Amino acid sequence: MDITFLLNGETVHLASVDPTQTLLDWLREERGLTGTKEGCNEGDCGACTVMVTDSAGDARALNACILFLPQLNGKSLHTVEGLAAPDGTLHPVQQAMVDHHGAQCGFCTPGFVMSMATAHLNGDTDFDTALAGNLCRCTGYAPIVRAARAAADQPVPPHLRVTPPFISSQMLREVAADREAEPSLSHAPQTADALAALYAANPDSTLVAGATDVGLWVTKQMRDLGTVIFLGQCADLKTIDSTDSGIRLGAMIDMETLRAAMAGPHPSYAEMIRRYASVQVRNAATLGGNIANGSPIGDNPPALIALGATLHLRRGDSRRALPIEAFFLDYGKQDRAPGEFVEAVTIPRQADRLKCYKLSKRFDQDISAVCGGFNITVSDGTVTAARIAFGGMAATPKRAATVEAALTGQPWTAATVAAAQAGFDTDFTPIDDMRASAHYRLETARAMLQRYFAEDMCEPTSVLEVRA
Amino acid sequence: MSVSRSLPHDAAALHVTGAARYVDDIPTPRGTLHLAFGLSDTARGTIAALDLEPVRAAPGVVAVLTAADLPFANDVSPSAHDEPLLATGTVHYVGQPVFLVVADSHLAARRAVRAAVMRIDAEVPILTIDQAMAENSRFEEGPRIYARGDAARAIADAPRRVEGTLELGGQEHFYLEGQAALAVPQEGGDMLVHSSTQHPTEIQHKVAEALGVPMHGVRVETRRMGGGFGGKESQGNALAVACAVAARATGRACKMRYDRDDDMVITGKRHDFRITYRAGFDEEGLLRGVDFVQYARCGWAQDLSLPVADRAMLHADNAYFLPNVRIESHRLKTNTQSATAYRGFGGPQGMVGIERVMDHVAHDLGMDPVELRRRNYYDAPTERGAAPRSAAAPRSISDEMKRDLTPYGQRVEDFELHGMTAALLRSSGYEARRVAVAAWNAEHSAIKKGLGFAPIKFGISFTLTHLNQAGALVHVYQDGSVHLNHGGTEMGQGLFQKVAQVAASRFGLPLEMVKITATDTAKVPNTSATAASSGSDLNGMAVKAACDTIRARMAAFLAERHQCDVAQVRFDGGRVYAGATEMSFAEAAKRAYEGRVSLSATGFYKTPKVAWDRIRGEGRPFFYFAYGCALTEVIVDTRTGENRILRADILHDAGASLNPALDIGQIEGGYVQGAGWLTTEELVWDDLGRLRTHAPSTYKIPACSDRPEVFNVTLWDGQNREETIYRSKAVGEPPFMLGISAWLALSDAVAACGAGYPALDAPATAERVWAAIRRRQDGV
Repeated sequence: MDITFLLNGETVHLASVDPTQTLLDWLREERGLTGTKEGCNEGDCGACTVMVTDSAGDARALNACILFLPQLNGKSLHTVEGLAAPDGTLHPVQQAMVDHHGAQCGFCTPGFVMSMATAHLNGDTDFDTALAGNLCRCTGYAPIVRAARAAADQPVPPHLRVTPPFISSQMLREVAADREAEPSLSHAPQTADALAALYAANPDSTLVAGATDVGLWVTKQMRDLGTVIFLGQCADLKTIDSTDSGIRLGAMIDMETLRAAMAGPHPSYAEMIRRYASVQVRNAATLGGNIANGSPIGDNPPALIALGATLHLRRGDSRRALPIEAFFLDYGKQDRAPGEFVEAVTIPRQADRLKCYKLSKRFDQDISAVCGGFNITVSDGTVTAARIAFGGMAATPKRAATVEAALTGQPWTAATVAAAQAGFDTDFTPIDDMRASAHYRLETARAMLQRYFAEDMCEPTSVLEVRA
Repeated sequence: MSVSRSLPHDAAALHVTGAARYVDDIPTPRGTLHLAFGLSDTARGTIAALDLEPVRAAPGVVAVLTAADLPFANDVSPSAHDEPLLATGTVHYVGQPVFLVVADSHLAARRAVRAAVMRIDAEVPILTIDQAMAENSRFEEGPRIYARGDAARAIADAPRRVEGTLELGGQEHFYLEGQAALAVPQEGGDMLVHSSTQHPTEIQHKVAEALGVPMHGVRVETRRMGGGFGGKESQGNALAVACAVAARATGRACKMRYDRDDDMVITGKRHDFRITYRAGFDEEGLLRGVDFVQYARCGWAQDLSLPVADRAMLHADNAYFLPNVRIESHRLKTNTQSATAYRGFGGPQGMVGIERVMDHVAHDLGMDPVELRRRNYYDAPTERGAAPRSAAAPRSISDEMKRDLTPYGQRVEDFELHGMTAALLRSSGYEARRVAVAAWNAEHSAIKKGLGFAPIKFGISFTLTHLNQAGALVHVYQDGSVHLNHGGTEMGQGLFQKVAQVAASRFGLPLEMVKITATDTAKVPNTSATAASSGSDLNGMAVKAACDTIRARMAAFLAERHQCDVAQVRFDGGRVYAGATEMSFAEAAKRAYEGRVSLSATGFYKTPKVAWDRIRGEGRPFFYFAYGCALTEVIVDTRTGENRILRADILHDAGASLNPALDIGQIEGGYVQGAGWLTTEELVWDDLGRLRTHAPSTYKIPACSDRPEVFNVTLWDGQNREETIYRSKAVGEPPFMLGISAWLALSDAVAACGAGYPALDAPATAERVWAAIRRRQDGV
């Protein structure tokens, strides 16, 4: 596969790249750009953070360790080596990190300054969120946040204000033509139709959306992915269609875009997504990927099930839709035929009653021990509908059917909630693992219902909302 | 003067531009090979079959080595010779290196490892403290016991008693830069090793043994580490030795870096402990007697476990006078990673034990926990024999008994904590916040707040006395620039900057005239690990000695040349004054050179006053103590146990700080790391001895938003009463233990949820906090 992109302002054309070579390995081992560091090789520490600007001009922080080279095609990449101005003047975040003693051992620092520079470029001053994906073991973060604040008012250096197209469309067409001409183990279809045809014809291929999960198959499990289909160029899978009846979300919508899309209609969902992995991961991870991989601890399914979402699947030209909970058959088993892929999700339009509760050892960038989605409709003091679903409580994302039934038609009172809580024992038999015990999972799931009620009664329920 | 200034870290500009070189960033010679270990998947057993032919046949593989292929020493232990580089027939933990793959790329080596066919006849492993005690699986012949007075009797006779058990988890270092080494063969069989290590001399020693050459045949260079925290004191030996052996075997440069998961599975961590305690005290809260039993899970090899466990015993008093005390320490051998040095080196575990006792006693008496602690503090030096307790407190201890004597017989001569505590309570608004927290808790049933106060007194010096020495090498070139080298290593703590500030001050030079250079066993020999918080104390003094030697030679020469008294030669502001003559330092250096004066000197330092008998538990193990105190406020969701730190106020004693900004950095970072140890950082092994938390996806160090939202850190305005470098105090480890206040604050919040003492184990994950709350609510 041939690709072309800008590296710190310079056009790079790579012929016949290994489609699963990571950007980090290429930068360090082939390009000799060792400023970008490997801290974990799984997208959890942020030491390899780089800034990637896409063809729409959106600059994003991404983890280079789980970014495959073909995902860069047509984009502009900045690494830490390209952050200072050409004359050597430090970027405002770099200078602030020096002035505020934000680096000690310095190993996480290049990743931090790239996250900070990206937030700086985008005018983002929610530093706790912007830096949640960068781990530092030395400083305790305080001086880093001081530096980020100090730099916030400084102007963006001109060399970082890049505008697309970065690569001429003719060149990209030539690259694409070359690419399709040669027999290849990797493909990058431009439309959903092209993807549908390709995947139906090659059902054993590996689909790569954001690579935040598949990336680890390569970096940690050393798996050979065989034929790879990159979905990133399918623009028609990235649409959001809002109608009176619902919101249709394309499968390739990344989690940061979804977060923004949910902020209005379902703010609790958006807040849960804020704690879903990190900015770097959310910038790559997709809604479709999080559903299709079928993980019992994916955070989107509980919210989507609670919202009564519909999943749209496609194989070739044939499409079908099903309630999203019906997709998850058993551990590692989904209702998806060979060659079939997730095309979209539709959330029915509704008054917002959704609350998402994500429970993990650490608030930010942690996989849920339990993630609950609660959507309880109350009319004239009576529960008229209840949809409750959990991740982390069973082999699949699963509804709390008994609890729902115990609530529906009952007065919305503490007594009803208390009585319904017994239903969790019927609905779930969670397991012990390194994240939580089965007992804790069951009891906190139960407590989340109580919390939903308390929140509805306007009591303070979240430690994240209390200030010093 | 360059000292006491808040100058940035010497490499700050390199850090932020990505130009700072770590081992894996060093350009390698053509043909460099890459290494990976094949690991045991079994905690205890005998290797029944090992077929490495598929590994040899894998793409890119150049060689595969087992223990049988090692020509000389197969040992990477720091001292006990019990830790083979590659397993010899038996395996002792999941993750033990069994074979070594040498390949043409890092990826090829990692991939090839998986092709091995290994069959191990498994035996039942010893994994837990209970299993180790049942089988008497331990290091040393039996428990160590340090005691003073008659603790059992004092407890029995005391008006009140508490007792309990505390489980205290270990901790992964999670240095951001994983372990790494690069060995480059030199002419004549010599070896150059670049290692990410806190202890270059030990790397040199182990590599020399493995190659069968004298130490002079091996040179080890370390410019910087991407974090150490104790995890690179001995754990880098295996990689450096593997690289050297493979480089010798192939004649090519060899590099090894652990993938993060391998790093966490292979290397040792902080020792987890169980501590049982019994304490007797009076109605005023004064301790009469305390009995601790400390069980340390040391893992499969001895490594540094004995001194770690010793230090835990030596900090079982923390800041408190214990009139009658007995500490029994079990060093248990288990089929897990060999636990190793980690910031505090056992001190934190010992201190958590006595802080648990204080917390328990305060709860039992319903007394303010800060007041209780102050009553039990060691005496302030000016008030010896008259402890500052409330006037009403009866003298339950003999008035003749001075309350300044540690259980091991060292006097606490500068106990700063009375004044520091008063100052912190004032600056943090403690009294008012105590009231506010109680009011909040009365109003809210689901969300509770808690306050926790922890003082720290941490002993400074290696307890193995001979390690308290350091060397330096300083050159002044004829243009007046200075080349600085010493035995300490830079891991982010700012040691190089502090020491450079010392050198610049001695010569009266601006800092940019001093070049800091990589730690190098060929420049300064026989160094101690940069550990025990000793870096600046030891190397600062050694550098000062070297600088002063050169300065004295220059002064003598200039005094003679310019016909003045040596005392009239001054070095200041980049100028040198010799009587009535003034010149630049560069001119002075040039004249001295032309006058055939040696402008190069070594410096040496050994810590005075220390003497320690670790078997009897008596002497003066520490040159001095460093102090600090912290107040933390937390908030807890009683439904789930989720919790956050809202605010932390810290007052810390760094003596007369060499660089206040760097010291505050150590304090902020240490606090957060300490709080992480006791809250979210949970190591989980399964029943087969497999570590289930071996990556940042499952092992959760604090993230950005976990730092205290309000974080007030102040340096105590004082100076070291001992003659340390510019009267500063060591600051690397002590602030780590300030994090104990976060755990105590959680205990306080849990206590607000019902009757009974919370008895919160650590790490106090959301689940443990929740379970403790449930016990309160259920009245268990």
